[in-house]
Amino acid sequence: MKVRGFTAGLKAGASIAIGYFPVALTFGLLAKATGLSIAEATAMSIFVFAGAAQYISLSLISAGVAPVLIILNTFIVNIRHFLMTAALNEKMETDATWKKALYAFGITDETFTVLATQKESLVKTSFAAGVILISYSSWVGFTVLGHLIGASLPQFLQAAMSIALYALFVGLLVPSMRGNRKVVSLALIAAVINSVFYFTGWLSTGWAILVSTLASSVIIELISSKGGKR
Amino acid sequence: MGAWIWWVIIGMALVTYIPRAIPLTFLAGRELPPAVQNVLRNIPFAVLGALIFPAIFFVQENIWFGIIGAVAAFGIAFSGASAMVVVLGSIAVLAVFSLLIG
Repeated sequence: MKVRGFTAGLKAGASIAIGYFPVALTFGLLAKATGLSIAEATAMSIFVFAGAAQYISLSLISAGVAPVLIILNTFIVNIRHFLMTAALNEKMETDATWKKALYAFGITDETFTVLATQKESLVKTSFAAGVILISYSSWVGFTVLGHLIGASLPQFLQAAMSIALYALFVGLLVPSMRGNRKVVSLALIAAVINSVFYFTGWLSTGWAILVSTLASSVIIELISSKGGKR
Repeated sequence: MGAWIWWVIIGMALVTYIPRAIPLTFLAGRELPPAVQNVLRNIPFAVLGALIFPAIFFVQENIWFGIIGAVAAFGIAFSGASAMVVVLGSIAVLAVFSLLIG
């Protein structure tokens, strides 16, 4: 069996790096506008590495919200990663705990979905390192650039690139959907539940994704385990 | 910003890292019940559904960006293209649309 390592990981992560480019650039720009120094903005991207939470923190900082509440909100927005790393644990090769503790830092919505949709049954640590390194470099590098130049992309490009991360998710989902009704149902049910949360406003985005993902995964497991004995 | 911003960054870093690290380090080498394993195996595809919908439609204030972008992404993906081609192709389609309406 061909084992895919670090270089293959870099390649698989390149589309994430492209998707992060406009998002990180804008984060650097907004951080500057909020009053963060380049060191502060860069440190946030280096140590937190979580897009949505970083954006929200900027609006909370400029609204003068208490630091404890900003941190609590970050926790709530990012708690969905718990579900993702639990799922990823089933997919990754066995390795030293310190290595797993290290690459755990690099698990985002995007790196998780790229790693978890790989065709091989066990993903190498070196492959994960490649995916994460190129994504992380883009995130940190373009945060710095956004703060430095203090301007965003031309409007038409900014608008066009805002689709990038969603196109990535579509590009990961569709190949698994082909001829696989279970995958289609999983995505569809989660999409419907999440849309209900979105339009009713019952749950904030972080919770909505967590609850709709878990609900869909459990519902489909209940249906398929009833349908045929394993 | 004062020194407090550094405390905010440290706090954010910790509460973001903890949910990422606990399952990968504590569950390592532990055999979970088969039903739990099956549910965990379902999660990647369910989370993709939730990450895409409905957010893909609201990437810009003008909803047509989302609609055209979604159609382009799914169309390119169903043609059998790699994720990278889906990303670049969708950006290209929306760049053209953006220039046309601009």
